[in-house]
Amino acid sequence: MSTLWPRLEPLLARVQKPARYIGCEDGAQVPQHAPHKVAWLLAYPDTYEIGLPNQGLQILYEILNERPDAVAERTYAPWVDLEALLRAHGLPLFSVDTHRGAADFDIVAFNLSAELVYTNVLNCIDLAGVPVRSADRRPEHPLIGAGGHCTYNPEPLADFVDFFVLGDGEEVVAEITERVGDWKRGGRSPGSRERLLRTLASVEGVYVPSMYDVAYDGDRLVAVTPRFPEVPERVEKRTIADLGDWPYPKRQLVPLTEVVHDRLNVEVFRGCTRGCRFCQAGMITRPVRERPRDQVRRMVGEGLRRTGYDEVALTSLSTADFSGIESVVADTVADPANCGQVSVSLPSLRVDAFTVGIAAELQRARRTGLTFAPEAGTWRLRRVINKLIAEDDLYGAVESAYSQGWRRMKLYFMTGLPTETDEDTLGIAELARRCTEIGRRHTRGASVTVSVGGFVPKPFTPFQWFGQNTAAELQRKMWLLRDSLRRDRSVAFKWHDPKATLVEGLASRGDRRMGAVIETVWRAGGTFQEWSEHFDLGLWTDALAAHGLSAEDIVYRHRHQDEVLPWDHLSAGLHKDFLWQDWRDALDEVGLPDCRWTPCYDCGACTGYSIEHVVASATPPAGGSQGTGQDLTAAAAPGAGVPVRLLAR
Amino acid sequence: MRLRFTKLGKVRFTSHRDVARMWERGLRRAGLPVALTEGFRPRPKLSFGLALSTGHESLAEYLDVELAGPLDAVGLADLPTRLSPELPVGIDVVAAAEVVPGQASLQEEVDSCRWRIEALGADVERARTLVDAALAADELVICRQRKGREVTDDLRPAVLSLAVVGPVPGGCELEAELAVHPRSVRPAELLGALSPTLSEGRVLRVAQLIGHDRGRKEPLAAAVDPGAWRAGPGSPSCTIERDPPDEPASTSLAGAERLLERLPPHYEPADHGPAARRDHRPEPVTAGGLRRGR
Repeated sequence: MSTLWPRLEPLLARVQKPARYIGCEDGAQVPQHAPHKVAWLLAYPDTYEIGLPNQGLQILYEILNERPDAVAERTYAPWVDLEALLRAHGLPLFSVDTHRGAADFDIVAFNLSAELVYTNVLNCIDLAGVPVRSADRRPEHPLIGAGGHCTYNPEPLADFVDFFVLGDGEEVVAEITERVGDWKRGGRSPGSRERLLRTLASVEGVYVPSMYDVAYDGDRLVAVTPRFPEVPERVEKRTIADLGDWPYPKRQLVPLTEVVHDRLNVEVFRGCTRGCRFCQAGMITRPVRERPRDQVRRMVGEGLRRTGYDEVALTSLSTADFSGIESVVADTVADPANCGQVSVSLPSLRVDAFTVGIAAELQRARRTGLTFAPEAGTWRLRRVINKLIAEDDLYGAVESAYSQGWRRMKLYFMTGLPTETDEDTLGIAELARRCTEIGRRHTRGASVTVSVGGFVPKPFTPFQWFGQNTAAELQRKMWLLRDSLRRDRSVAFKWHDPKATLVEGLASRGDRRMGAVIETVWRAGGTFQEWSEHFDLGLWTDALAAHGLSAEDIVYRHRHQDEVLPWDHLSAGLHKDFLWQDWRDALDEVGLPDCRWTPCYDCGACTGYSIEHVVASATPPAGGSQGTGQDLTAAAAPGAGVPVRLLAR
Repeated sequence: MRLRFTKLGKVRFTSHRDVARMWERGLRRAGLPVALTEGFRPRPKLSFGLALSTGHESLAEYLDVELAGPLDAVGLADLPTRLSPELPVGIDVVAAAEVVPGQASLQEEVDSCRWRIEALGADVERARTLVDAALAADELVICRQRKGREVTDDLRPAVLSLAVVGPVPGGCELEAELAVHPRSVRPAELLGALSPTLSEGRVLRVAQLIGHDRGRKEPLAAAVDPGAWRAGPGSPSCTIERDPPDEPASTSLAGAERLLERLPPHYEPADHGPAARRDHRPEPVTAGGLRRGR
């Protein structure tokens, strides 16, 4: 029992936003540590206000604390002011629950949701008092783990993280806990650390980079091969078969201070088969697993009563696709227990009139902005990326929104997509202008905010072979758009810094050699790179040059079909030839239907793991074709070979 | 209705706005029928008294709540025990009362605040000398930045009382009553006026007061013991871990039966010896807000 609170308390009076570090949230746990329990420190390598709402971390926090053989606490990256004070006073990274030093835990497990936090991961390991390189760690040091979407290319962090988890964490944390518990009871003798890592490497879904040799031929990666016979050649992701078995978080944390997404969040389904080709989340989380409708209702009702929130978000990758979304929304808004004061927000909405109808229903109490993500400015380019929103659907949705009283909307786009021409880029401006024209027919103050980010190709997507646009090219396109929209006062234009996009590209598809670059940037003080006031491209280009690497090789060039990709020894279930075919289809501007409601095209995500979609309705929602022209009724007919397990009503 | 509550322990590091949010959620959790504002984003009708700086503790925070229904339906006497469990540890409701319609707002009503202030960098003897000199002085001039310009202020009229309570590690504790009109004088400004070598340690607002001299009173009286601020069992600032979730949250103060007892108009603080405490010297927080990169 060793809390650092008495030593931390005086420091907190001297930092910005000290409430980040006090814990005390409703739902926070005070776990009892004991020698027979495996102690997990779940770390989010960004500030508290970004990290606290993370649902993955909260889910594992509860699951682990429910186990008799585990405890779990949380930590977030301390802001630069507190970090300086911690280092000056010789204090380590600490948990916010009982303010215990990070090195008192058996496992420090990071949630990796974005690439720009990688230098923060190293900083947190160092602040924990643990050697940053795995090879330098001894039996007394905690294990460093990581999970989250970025682990689908873990190679840039392979030198620093002892084990990665691919896919859903709900089940695998139990298996890891058991093996680490054996290690702990065995007394962590010299040499035991490597034996433990070797044992972990055979747990399905766990990747231990030190158990693999990496071979290069000149500048080219040629193979990543296991060092021992029992270590798998290819690590498969973990997938929970049914979200209904995991009604977590049961006690969502209610922070005392302001955070992003400060509301009740209920995940209504996991996975998405819309098949947008740029979308890594949609590719790696297949198949679709819906939460039973009654469970959603219960989690919403109980959650609102317990937390006191007046807003609930029904989260997923495309919530309008949830079977029976209208009734769930209507019930929540109409529930007398909520006194008509609860608003429902649906992130990641499809673009069509159906969606606007729901939005109008759920925003009767409070009307916020409406956000659509057409992603590309022309129908041709939307076919390339398989975001199949036809012009009619789009303008129908816009018309419907303005006619129902919205005055502002946000439109999200990407630039630097495969096959993009200036005509496509300028199509964004054209589209935005047409939206404001439609808006002016209904309201004088109609305005549109256009937000554009540079496209970063991601592993396990059909675009993993595509050479990212250079930072200069992205900047040119941003300026092209800015100039085109300059005279239009009803369109506000925002863009993401192309320099940051370049670094995201380095971390997204770099191989193990990127580790040295990340370490050099971190040692030069490059933390919080996802914060514009701390981002420094110069640190990255210097480090690349120092280690003989180039952005051209890692980010900008197109990759060959027969080339070994840095993540080829991992699997998200998707067949590589499926992804390659989808890449060819993209270049041919051929769309691919949503397999939830049409016959299986065998991407591998279901068949490879003998699992199925779990949806309550085999009939797609109205407007569900999203302009593909699919004959959905025929496809949904019995006997069509659709791998769908229907939930009992 | 008017509520009086504490802000003690870890929760002192939250901001005034954070506390407002805690209350909105706490009142909803308790199921109290709070009146709502009109408009696109209806908000509960709450009005808080004087803001408390982040990091300062208090035995005397106030909140006026406009109810949507009759007060009788709420059950005023049970409110402190009903509301406290819905609020974070360290925020405890210690008194509740009806507010007469048309009564002046808390902000307008309160004339002064009584503080306990740790003055670090001076022992009791030196502090007594500084205090005596300050009380004897005709003016206490400080310089401060206002809208980017340097202005001078005389604090002396705002210092209604000032005394040394006793030693604390690294310094001593003062008790001061500071006026809030025409502007609220901050404890750190008082220390700066006493001597530039003093720095602020822990700070506790003991009371907010209405009126002057013998006729003054608190907006809502409650039996609060400033000695319980740091020392003794149940003091949240000494509590490292939360109460187990299955037990009701304990009141940080002397117990529910004393909560509604009235204090004498002139509350004389008990003399208390040095409590076991840590030495710490806060510095001004660094300026500059945070922006998200994207």
